[in-house]
Amino acid sequence: MVAKRAKNILIGNPGTSLANKTGSWRVFMPVYDKTKCTACGMCAMLCPDGCIHGDKAKKYDPDYDYCKGCGVCAKVCPVKCITMKEEQK
Amino acid sequence: MTTQTAENVKLFNSGHTACAGCGLALAARLVLQATGPKVIIVNATGCLEVFTTRSPQTAWGVPWIHSLFENQAAVATGVEAALRALGRGDEARVIAWGGDGASADIGFGGISGMWERYDDVLYICYDNEAYMNTGIQRSGLTPFKGHTSTSPAGKASLGNMKQKKNIPAIAVAHGLPYVATATVGYPKDLERKVKKAMEFKGPRYLQILVPCPLGWGHATSDTITMSKLAVESGLNPIFEYIDGKLATAMTVKQKPVEEYLKPQARFKHLFRDAAGAEQVKLIQEIANNNFAKFKVEAVK
Repeated sequence: MVAKRAKNILIGNPGTSLANKTGSWRVFMPVYDKTKCTACGMCAMLCPDGCIHGDKAKKYDPDYDYCKGCGVCAKVCPVKCITMKEEQK
Repeated sequence: MTTQTAENVKLFNSGHTACAGCGLALAARLVLQATGPKVIIVNATGCLEVFTTRSPQTAWGVPWIHSLFENQAAVATGVEAALRALGRGDEARVIAWGGDGASADIGFGGISGMWERYDDVLYICYDNEAYMNTGIQRSGLTPFKGHTSTSPAGKASLGNMKQKKNIPAIAVAHGLPYVATATVGYPKDLERKVKKAMEFKGPRYLQILVPCPLGWGHATSDTITMSKLAVESGLNPIFEYIDGKLATAMTVKQKPVEEYLKPQARFKHLFRDAAGAEQVKLIQEIANNNFAKFKVEAVK
């Protein structure tokens, strides 16, 4: 019984952090200009939260559920198609 | 918008509680992308452990175990020995992760022992240059004249009095087959080095410089910029040693150290008066020595 309880407390299931929506931390949100985006994938590669998804065909989109609004994507974008806008809640 | 679901679990998942712009969160994801799923992570106490596993949640999609601050190398040795004893050595490789404090200060004896025993473990030190998780205390890898809460800059002192400890050189001295440094500003280089490290058997050491917006005092959006400037200024050379010989060193266009120091709040005391300017000259000397040491020719 004790061992079972310890297992439940001490061993987490993979990827359960996805329940934690860190998007609520955000002050500035990245907004993409899809007409300028060349789908190079730089933003997706360098996002500290790994929350930018997409591919060459559909281009990239941040997942606002997890995006903390750090602005790394806007800084590294080679064509400057991402702008950080203050979020209106 | 593609929202991640529970069925869409990756090797390193969103929802962790790292600060916005954390270089370490990026490094963890890049390393796991390079290694693939067949790894077991042994994680010393530190930022990485705290922000990825807010109990009972975990951001990891690979087997992961938390050790104390000082015994990550010993635990990794045990995991590796267990895999061999069970005849499952080919099913997974062991990676031990520790911060600069866990690697250069507290856990160093254990790591040295692991290298001496020649255990098949990749040791990754994420170097954010202080104990960031507990409130930015000085560690053995804090740079010269950096302000931290235990090496404060003020009237009597201008920040950390010691130079950064040269852990890669100590690793080379242990006779490791692979020793390298990397940083998140060059993700392809980091990826290549992790893959290269996984090709070797025996102990390997990888030191990844990860900017920390909170501790370094720069804008959250500047993580990648600071990482690149750390290399371009010459203060954090990027190189790899294979079997004790310098194999590659990154060539960059040298920039003055001021460009790297000025955007960071932890160095702002160096730009107030003449005494600070003297120290900047000393820091420039450290950078020049690094360039000379790794025979990095400044690209024009």
